[in-house]
Amino acid sequence: MSTAAREFGDVILKVEGVSLAFGGVKALTEVSFDVREHEIRAIIGPNGAGKSSMLNVINGVYHPQQGQVTYRGEARRAMDPHRAARSGIARTFQNLALFKGMSVLDNLLAGRNLMMRMPILLQALRVGPALREEIAHRKRVEEIIDFLEIQHVRKTPVGRLPYGLQKRVDLGRALAAEPRVLLLDEPMAGMNVEEKQDMCRFILDVNDEFGTTIVLIEHDMGVVMDLSDRVAVLDYGRLIGDGTPDEIRANQAVIDAYLGVKH
Amino acid sequence: MIYRETGQYKTTYEADQQLFPILQDRIFVLLVIAFAFGAVPFLASEYLFRAILTPFLILSLAAIGLNILVGYCGQVSLGTGGFMAVGAYAAYNLALRLPDLNLLVVFVLAGLCATVVGVLFGLPSLRIKGFYLAVATLAAQFFLDWAFARIGWFTNYAPSGSVSAPPLVILGWEVVGPVRKYLLVLGIVCVFALVARNLVRGAIGRSWMAMRDMDVAAEVIGIRPLYAKVTAFAVSSFFVGLSGALWAFVYLGAWEPLAFDVNRSFQLLFMVIIGGLGSILGSFLGAAFIVILPLALNQMPGWLGVEMSTALISHIELMVFGALIVFFLIVEPHGLARLWAIGKEKLRLWPFPH
Ligand SMILES: Nc1ncnc2c1ncn2[C@@H]1O[C@H](COP(=O)(O)OP(=O)(O)OP(=O)(O)O)[C@@H](O)[C@H]1O
Ligand SMILES: [Mg+2]
Repeated sequence: MSTAAREFGDVILKVEGVSLAFGGVKALTEVSFDVREHEIRAIIGPNGAGKSSMLNVINGVYHPQQGQVTYRGEARRAMDPHRAARSGIARTFQNLALFKGMSVLDNLLAGRNLMMRMPILLQALRVGPALREEIAHRKRVEEIIDFLEIQHVRKTPVGRLPYGLQKRVDLGRALAAEPRVLLLDEPMAGMNVEEKQDMCRFILDVNDEFGTTIVLIEHDMGVVMDLSDRVAVLDYGRLIGDGTPDEIRANQAVIDAYLGVKH
Repeated sequence: MIYRETGQYKTTYEADQQLFPILQDRIFVLLVIAFAFGAVPFLASEYLFRAILTPFLILSLAAIGLNILVGYCGQVSLGTGGFMAVGAYAAYNLALRLPDLNLLVVFVLAGLCATVVGVLFGLPSLRIKGFYLAVATLAAQFFLDWAFARIGWFTNYAPSGSVSAPPLVILGWEVVGPVRKYLLVLGIVCVFALVARNLVRGAIGRSWMAMRDMDVAAEVIGIRPLYAKVTAFAVSSFFVGLSGALWAFVYLGAWEPLAFDVNRSFQLLFMVIIGGLGSILGSFLGAAFIVILPLALNQMPGWLGVEMSTALISHIELMVFGALIVFFLIVEPHGLARLWAIGKEKLRLWPFPH
């Protein structure tokens, strides 16, 4: 992927001096980095480095003790997850967090619930505007289902799908909200090569076609280096490197962290 | 291949989003409703109306209400009996104090009173879950029992604590006799079963189920937990309160607080578990099962030609319930409704095994 040809917008998301601790465990220590509009930004680091915690801070699941997150010009320490969602931040989960008892279709439609406005009484009657709203959203969801190639399982309860497909549904549910920023927590973990290739294709397409900004956590270095425009590296909750894939490859601190040199 | 979808291609999302997308289902449901309205009134005996059909329908409505809360939104409640009582006493007081009010309006307002009380007792669900919520709703049950037994105003200071419903008249139509009562209840239950179906298929239903399946993820995709839980308590309590008003006015006629005690709460919970959590059809199946089982057990010794005391029969009844609940909780949490769906799946493929 030719980084030179890509154009990025302004900084859309900026993390400044964020520290987060659980009791005595310091998950993040004064982490700062930014994300530009339309880029694919990877976060890497060894297990337990604080990558997932970082995403959880960005969309308000965890509230950091220090620092702030600036999103589209608005600075804040903490936020409710549902507010973050409404302001255009969507995410997928490292350990699938799908609605297991609901069909693929309903999972994706739920991803668009935040756009639905009909009062309960109209929903109860399911006539006129309420029915039109349901159908309009169904159309958009069907487009995502086509895009992710999961037409054949649209009415299957998600709990019965194989793992690889569940990962796709997780992505679909996040896409359904038409986010500006998409946080992906290890979308390819546990997949075989073919499934990984598909997932890479989906991520690139989303980024290309809709201009969605993507923050991606991934352990597979090949994938990270291929996909991302810039990489942030965390180790023991600290940011130890930040730059283009080439810069990261040459960064001594990063090499040490990955080779397991003692601190 | 009796039950085929083949050849029924949906060309629009409207068609696919119908109440019953499969033609056979649609015909079947219409036939059942037509039969219930058109044929049953001429076929059934007075006993059947009084002892089975009317209570079955009213309890189905309450079970739908409870299922919305427990089966769809994943919040436990042991206070259903108390909320039925709210509906019953609200209807009683409305009819007593505003005698000119249309009876249907009384029923709807009674449901709304239960909604208000249900939301009040549902608010703790934002902070507490599972076992603790169950205990909180149980406390609501005992509080409501106490209130209706001890606060005289609710029963219009009736010395015995027992009150009776006024004569039932709707726009000049006198609802007397088992057939008319059955028709009234049937009409109301059909309308509200449809309402429930629509809600659980719509945006609000999805937010309930999302809260049930994975509450953190639900919040992350923009569902407000407060709104989802409170609406579930509100809608659920409305159904339960409405059914309480019907139970008091149409089925019992005269009643005391004992009619809505904690046993009723458990009975409804059993219906929902046996019938199927998260299924409207299951609510009907569960109610039918629990209404019919004791009657069938009563007849059983006669059919088998053995003598049994009534006490023994009621003990057997409890044992059967207990065993069934353990069975369904362990083996098939989706209850009778799931067994029905599996049966349908088989029919769809029959006679080819694959
Ligand atoms: N909810 C929590 N409560 C307590 N400790 C937590 C919590 N979440 C994360 N931690 C701790 O914070 C640290 C960072 O965890 P985090 O999940 O962010 O790591 P990660 O980089 O995503 O690791 P992995 O690659 O294994 O997913 C770990 O030591 C973890 O045990
Ligand atoms: Mg992680």
